Amino acid sequence: MTEIDWNNPRLKVRGLRKNFDQRVVLGGVDLEIYPGQIVALIGSSGSGKSTLLRCINLIETISDGQIWLEGEDISVASINQDSVRREIGLVFQSFNLFAHLSILDNITLALRKVQGKTKAEAEEIAMNWLDRIGLADKANDYPDKLSGGQQQRTAIVRAVALNPKVLLLDEVTSALDPELVGEVLELIRDLKKTGTTIIMATHELSFARDVADWVVFLDQGVVAEEGEAAEFFAHPKNLRTHEFLSRLNI
Amino acid sequence: MLDNSQFEPSPAEQERRRIRVRAHRRSLLVSLTSTVVFAVVVWFGLTSTPGWSRVQASFFDWPTAEKALPLVLNGLLLNLRVLFFAAIGVLIFGLLLALMRTLRNPVFFPLRLFARVYVDFFRGLPLLIVLYLVGFGVPGLRLDGVGRISPELLGIAALVLTYSAYVAEVFRAGIEAIHPSQRLAARSLGLSYAQSMRYVVLPQAVRRVAPPLMNDFVSLQKDVGLISILGAVDAVRAAQIQVAMSANFTPYLVAGLLFVLLAIPSIRFADHITEKFAKREQVGNLL
Repeated sequence: MTEIDWNNPRLKVRGLRKNFDQRVVLGGVDLEIYPGQIVALIGSSGSGKSTLLRCINLIETISDGQIWLEGEDISVASINQDSVRREIGLVFQSFNLFAHLSILDNITLALRKVQGKTKAEAEEIAMNWLDRIGLADKANDYPDKLSGGQQQRTAIVRAVALNPKVLLLDEVTSALDPELVGEVLELIRDLKKTGTTIIMATHELSFARDVADWVVFLDQGVVAEEGEAAEFFAHPKNLRTHEFLSRLNI
Repeated sequence: MLDNSQFEPSPAEQERRRIRVRAHRRSLLVSLTSTVVFAVVVWFGLTSTPGWSRVQASFFDWPTAEKALPLVLNGLLLNLRVLFFAAIGVLIFGLLLALMRTLRNPVFFPLRLFARVYVDFFRGLPLLIVLYLVGFGVPGLRLDGVGRISPELLGIAALVLTYSAYVAEVFRAGIEAIHPSQRLAARSLGLSYAQSMRYVVLPQAVRRVAPPLMNDFVSLQKDVGLISILGAVDAVRAAQIQVAMSANFTPYLVAGLLFVLLAIPSIRFADHITEKFAKREQVGNLL
């Protein structure tokens, strides 16, 4: 792997705040991620993990702070949000595959309509990905015929196929039966090898320890502690981190 | 795969099946008997009324029916033509209105307001009055360039005006029934508002509202008969002329039956797709 340029983060977040009316969900979050890295966002439910990812994808309007993608401020009012979302992929806990489209068409839709690729080009890219996750024979099936794990892998591939600069994964294994979690995590591991830059909100702490380069622990909307994955889990410094980790028995 | 062919039902299941078959036979018998009894009662009730022979002569006169049929059929062709163009117009205009109502950006407030007022207005206004207003009002404008506008065209315009309001509400309900997560997923892939509407929301919405749309189509199918008040010689008008000439009401019955015949395939088709959708959406069918 090429050396990481520590002066140029792929994505940088400074002082990000998000209020829903008077309720503060994010109270000034700083975050950065460098090309090819995986950052794991951990924290209990309601700590603001999902909101943070949705703010980065510009699906939520932020209340304060700034976000830069490769040095460009994407939080300015005049930004073309659609074009930012083309660069930042987001995968949801509930898959959200398009119910009326086949697996293949789910993946090719944005390739064709957003990136302007021809049908043949888009299908070639999609089939390559489906091959890689072992779902090539399901290409013409509809999402409701697939298991949760297969649907979620399709949803991830649908986002990755667009070659985003950052891929955001929002608790992608939380809605899955335990025996299906493994196949999705395997795909993420595989993506890391190809150098995809990923921010993932997750409850899979042991997976985070294995795969993530950097771990960020969110507590009540602020970063309570962060650090390199091995160090973070081995020697948590913050009391809240301690409590959180011991509650989950890691 | 488990194989069911070798399976021998248990005595308890065999007993259940026996009882179900018996209950089914019994209810079939009851319904058949009651239907026959009802039909006989109605028939005798009707034929024993003091005026029956006169009604029979003026409403069920076969020679009059035979004579009126070709003319009424000819008029029905006009109804079909009107139906065809009105249905297309309604689909396009109704969809446009629905899309206007779902726009969220404040810039589009005037469009949203227009669609809303339009739908309220035309859902409340009786079709007959719309027909009068359009049919006699528009020619009254004396648009010199266009010459004389045929009543057929005015009828289509009036039907489109009224039915678009209903169909717009059907489309809007369909659009809003699509879970927001589908649009969210589309937007997060970089599709624009218009693209996610066009490729993700609308295809699903249209499928979902196909049954209520078919019902509106069935209803439109019979309301095309109302254009006769504008002077177009459609099936109803042709029947009216025959009634006047033969001093017998049978042609009305002929026209009515033709409309029913015309509607039956659409009604069956509407039932069929409603059933298909119901089957797909619910697994349990006991209740």
